Amino acid sequence: MPDLSVNFAGIKAPNPFWLASAPPTNSGYQIMKAFDAGWGGAVWKTLGIPVVNVSSRYGSVNYRDSRMMGFSNIELITDRPLKDNLKEIEEVKKYFPDHAVIVSLMVESRKEWHQIVKDAENAGADGLELNFGCPHGMCERGMGSAVGQEPEVLKTIVEWVKEVAKTPVIVKLTPNISDITEPGQAAKQGGGDAISLINTIQSIVGVDIDNFVPYPYVDGKSTNGGYCGPAVKPIAMNMIKNCAQDPAIGLPISGIGGIENWRDAVEFMLLGAGTVQVCTAVMHYGFGIIREIIPGFESYMKEKGFNTVAEMTGKALPNTTTWENLNLDYKIIAEIHKEKCIGCQLCYIACEDGAHQAIRLSENGTRVPQIIEENCVGCNLCSLVCPVEGCIEMIRKDDGKKYETWKDRTDSGNIPTTFNDKLAGGLHHWVPEPLSALKNKR
Amino acid sequence: MNDTQAYYESSRCLFCYDAPCVNACPTGIDIPLFIRQINSGNTIGAARTIYNSNYFGNACGKVCPTDVLCEGACVYNLQEVKPIEIGRLQSYAASKAMDENVTLFETGKSNGKFAVVIGAGPAGISCACELRLNGFEVDIYEAKEKPSGLTLYGVAPYKITNDDALKEIVYLQDQFEFIINFNSPVTEKKDFEELEKKYDVIFLGIGLGETSQLRIRGEELENCLGAAEFIAELRIEKHNVKVGKKVIVLGGGNTAMDAASESSRMGAEKVILAYRRSATEMGAYGFEFDLAKGVGVEGMFNVSPMEIIGNGKVSGVKFIRTKTVNGKVENIEGSEFIEECDMVIKATGQMKQRDILSNIPGLKLDEKGRVIANPETFQTDNPKYFAAGDVYNGGVEVVNAVAEAKKAAKGIVDWLIG
Repeated sequence: MPDLSVNFAGIKAPNPFWLASAPPTNSGYQIMKAFDAGWGGAVWKTLGIPVVNVSSRYGSVNYRDSRMMGFSNIELITDRPLKDNLKEIEEVKKYFPDHAVIVSLMVESRKEWHQIVKDAENAGADGLELNFGCPHGMCERGMGSAVGQEPEVLKTIVEWVKEVAKTPVIVKLTPNISDITEPGQAAKQGGGDAISLINTIQSIVGVDIDNFVPYPYVDGKSTNGGYCGPAVKPIAMNMIKNCAQDPAIGLPISGIGGIENWRDAVEFMLLGAGTVQVCTAVMHYGFGIIREIIPGFESYMKEKGFNTVAEMTGKALPNTTTWENLNLDYKIIAEIHKEKCIGCQLCYIACEDGAHQAIRLSENGTRVPQIIEENCVGCNLCSLVCPVEGCIEMIRKDDGKKYETWKDRTDSGNIPTTFNDKLAGGLHHWVPEPLSALKNKR
Repeated sequence: MNDTQAYYESSRCLFCYDAPCVNACPTGIDIPLFIRQINSGNTIGAARTIYNSNYFGNACGKVCPTDVLCEGACVYNLQEVKPIEIGRLQSYAASKAMDENVTLFETGKSNGKFAVVIGAGPAGISCACELRLNGFEVDIYEAKEKPSGLTLYGVAPYKITNDDALKEIVYLQDQFEFIINFNSPVTEKKDFEELEKKYDVIFLGIGLGETSQLRIRGEELENCLGAAEFIAELRIEKHNVKVGKKVIVLGGGNTAMDAASESSRMGAEKVILAYRRSATEMGAYGFEFDLAKGVGVEGMFNVSPMEIIGNGKVSGVKFIRTKTVNGKVENIEGSEFIEECDMVIKATGQMKQRDILSNIPGLKLDEKGRVIANPETFQTDNPKYFAAGDVYNGGVEVVNAVAEAKKAAKGIVDWLIG
């Protein structure tokens, strides 16, 4: 059996599946229940000066029949007194000495940081997570994402924490910034031991169009929330990749953002995460989803021959490069397996109206569209809209011997440089006459 | 079910907490989990989840009355939305594991104990698997020439094919390495005595006997047969079975529905399902009667058979009309009539195997002829004997037999190993 246990920046846990600092980690009761269900660690809901919350705190984006594809909250950090939280941390550690209990923190002054770090560690925290990510409410008070967006401030606070911290310090980053690596580097420079990302994204999930108020509705008003759930996963993965590939950061990464099943967790690991944190999926389905994640993750490891999580961390990074390093000679074109086609013609209209006019409707009375090979640029769109698995296949047409990138061509001066350059990529691409688009003659 | 169907259908599952479908399943399969595993591309993991709770994972997906069990409990029903097709998803995952010949189980380290299982049906095979998992040596004795009992001989062929039923047994046998002795009925006192000497424990999974006699005149006539025997013949002889032009099926249970449906499908021009009480009082599931009606079966209610008429061969049934008074069926005097037919199928229950069971010392039966056993451990009054399945419950579903037998095996483990 593969070994799921991890040592993340010095924090040990029986597995890399942790709960993110959020409503599911609000109390010792919840965390005990989660550990009992199989979670390997938990980041306690952020401690600080307790807040007062509004009622009506969550909103969601449903996509067709899928609920909570995207999820938003305007809840703040803990609203419970510090001493209650500390007492419960101590109790959880008593029963689960081998599980990771990381305590999320957010305060303002250096003095407060020093005090709360000591308190959390005295209660038995295995590590600390600095919440520089919260993009609603707290940031208006100069904390949360207001810190995460100012690398210098972030660095200073990490330094304050490191002055007293005895346990590993994880810096949680906000995605509400143009370049995620800047706060990542600041975390490193301040002495942070690891980073976690992403926190939620500033968002409005919807508007009540009858009353002209966005969601969540708070007595006729609303505010921006923090967006998370499956919808943010691609954004999270890209930011994790950016941090993982930045040699100036070089810190272990705890990945967060829309993880719901074993496959999501694997993807985050392959892009550089050493552990993952989950919140929305638990808020939707409860702690029980761990029973799907663990066996699926384990059988993947077995199938691929990974013995430890560390062996798989970052496996996809060498293959994740910049655009200029992609092979321009790689040519694929679509092929429709007509025996599988169900005749929806979505590929036709997608290509016709949305891409390169490289698919024609059948002329032989069937509803199986035909690829115009000479016009197909291999963009994948038809295969993406096709509802039938394996019906439209992208077939490689080049012989695989040539490998020339934009960078190579730039170096050899073989790129278009003028507006009507003869090297324009689409120069020989057939485009229908504009007038032929009209149904009725004008 | 193909991959696309499985993906779409599994996407619909809500992953309910403390899911009603699980509570409705006698074997308690973690249904939301296996459906989620299918959805996340871990179909083999899904199969593992299924087989961990139910060794007849594929068969149950096909033969279970899911409308009244898991699917009937699905919360979507309350919204009048089609419930998740749990049975089909279950067979999809289970058959994938079988097709890929994935090893899900390894037998336990030998504990030096020897068990004998009588009957290679759902109960017997399930008990054998569980005992092998716990390190027992297990031999199975089966009276018939093929394994899987009710699944092969007892349910209508449209539910599961013989190949499917047998494939699952082979799949289990490959992993659990138990030995099945076919054509080896254990019936006599001396048979049991021999087994008692040779084995540490005996599991009874012998099911039910032949169709009961109605004790009316004419039962011996040609073309008057029992439903259990009719279905068994259909399962083995398939299309070669001849049915009459006009068939009367006597009974109102699920086997009656199977017999009536199949008679109609096999080419009978008219099939009448005759039942002593009203339509609403039938034991059969509503969906089974709907299926039968769908293939042309007609119901005839509040009629009781008095005599099978015929000269050598069946030519009709003499009925008397009935009414229900204070829950009891009463004949209406002077209402006798004859319904012509050329075949009669009696689906009026199967006999308990009292003769065989009376050869086991100390074994007690209840007033209906069912073996009495502890409902937790399935140990009988003769401590060396455990019993589950139809012989214990009087004839319910395959899935009940599977569930009971697994518990019985745990009872055996606790008794012998502690």
